Amino acid sequence: MPEPIIRFQDVHKWYSGVHALKGVTLDIYPNEALGLVGDNGAGKSTLINILSGTESRSSGEITLEGKPINFATPRQAMDRGIETIYQYNSMVPSMSIARNMFIGREPLKMSIGGIGWLDQERMRSESVSAIADVDLHLRSPDAIVGELSGGQRQGVAIARAMHFKSKVMILDEPTNHISVKETQKVIGFVRSLKDQSITSVFISHNMHHVFDCCDRVVAMRLGEIVMDKRIEETSIEEVSNIL
Amino acid sequence: MKRWLKIYLEKPELAGIVFLVLLTIVFQIQTDGIFLSPQNVQGILGILPEMAMVAIGVTLLMICGEFDLSVGSVFALTPMIMAVLIESGTPFILAFPAGLLAAALVGFTNGALTIRFNIPSFITTLGMLFVARSITVVISGGFPPFLPADALPKELFTHYVGPGDMFRMSFFWFLAIAILASLLLSRTNFGNWVRATGGFLPAARSMGIPTARVKIACFMICSVLAGFAGTIQVMRLGAPLPSIGEGLELQAVAAAVIGGTALTGGVGTILGGIIGATLIRVIDNGLVLSQVDANWFKLAIGSLTIFAVVVNAWLRSKAKAMKVET
Repeated sequence: MPEPIIRFQDVHKWYSGVHALKGVTLDIYPNEALGLVGDNGAGKSTLINILSGTESRSSGEITLEGKPINFATPRQAMDRGIETIYQYNSMVPSMSIARNMFIGREPLKMSIGGIGWLDQERMRSESVSAIADVDLHLRSPDAIVGELSGGQRQGVAIARAMHFKSKVMILDEPTNHISVKETQKVIGFVRSLKDQSITSVFISHNMHHVFDCCDRVVAMRLGEIVMDKRIEETSIEEVSNIL
Repeated sequence: MKRWLKIYLEKPELAGIVFLVLLTIVFQIQTDGIFLSPQNVQGILGILPEMAMVAIGVTLLMICGEFDLSVGSVFALTPMIMAVLIESGTPFILAFPAGLLAAALVGFTNGALTIRFNIPSFITTLGMLFVARSITVVISGGFPPFLPADALPKELFTHYVGPGDMFRMSFFWFLAIAILASLLLSRTNFGNWVRATGGFLPAARSMGIPTARVKIACFMICSVLAGFAGTIQVMRLGAPLPSIGEGLELQAVAAAVIGGTALTGGVGTILGGIIGATLIRVIDNGLVLSQVDANWFKLAIGSLTIFAVVVNAWLRSKAKAMKVET
């Protein structure tokens, strides 16, 4: 067994009296596709928000590649290679693909104090190649994201995360609000992450989606991990029964 | 349908330009060619910069997803502070930046209150509209301070220049600011953050953009531009009246909206705001020249604004439908 890339050790989270995470201990291995399932309020979002820097933990330890981490902002997590893809809120619909690809991380030709001139040529050409890398076929990097379908948008978000060489990709319900046909595409994207040596954490309500693209499934209930098995050692029925 | 939405998202000022050209033709015919005569154009261009600079700031702020109703009051407060300081013996070189600094402070306060207490900027700046106006009247002491004719470097700001004295210096200040603001919005990473912050706040946040600072910066730019525009008007008029700029805030919002800026943020261009401001000035001037009762002016601006907002809202709802479309 290789060294885990991410380690949660006895992580707790309280929200004003509510014990949302009751000592979660979980190892995630490099290049693994981990499916995280559980009902609403099971604690999976809390666990993921702590990892992606949008919330802080109350106690416990988290390490990334052996080093302890405690992110105060999503940006810190991104800078360490942990990228999160949300249902549909990581793209600005009124902006072009090229601009969305680089929000907050724009390549600059020159700058003073962090504000500077955009390198639009680079933004366009790198978006085109990043999108091609995930086998997404889009006409132009200048297309407005609002024109894309839900599945295409998730594709662009994944292309963006891959472009910035993320090590760990968290996909928080990426198949919500997406048609059946498009869902298959998104699942294809998640599968392709393995080929790029990216570790992924896939959160979903839909057991079929998890079993379609993950190596391992972890089920949570009431703030605790209640099951942790390889996909081939379990079945949709077993996981459903536990939840 | 998608094509129209695309055009709107990429060139939101297009409808305004078309309308401006049409109106110009109508007024030109109606006034037997007086409308585009050098003298009349000189008149329009002489006062356009003041309102247009306010519109630039308001447009930028609206693209960032916020409003500023206090610009009309800052328009009066800034030159009043400068004038009071000059009257008490401070040289222009210090009094002028002091006025702009006060404007920046108003902008900062607007932004900080709006963000800290998470209230609509519509309300914060409505309050600031009264506060800043009140301070203006109080520090003026009821009478506009006396400004010696040689106290202001008018040759830098309001003198006529160019062939046939076609332009005032203020026009070039306006031009420079318009170009800088356009470049800031379309060619820099800050502009990208402004659009993202106004376009979809959760996405901007999750991508690590310092949205609070971006908004406060836009509030400050908006305020400083309004203060600068007011200062230019005072130099043109020669006296700092405490009542200048009343109602300007609504004209500036109207200009931005007529120029295609979305009320919900994220969509719009600086050029659009300028087109909107020009349209308002052209309607004002054209109605007078056509010898129409001048009281129709507000009706014209009002209808145009409502029309622009209706079209805006309709396109927006289509955009929203597309957002969740699969």
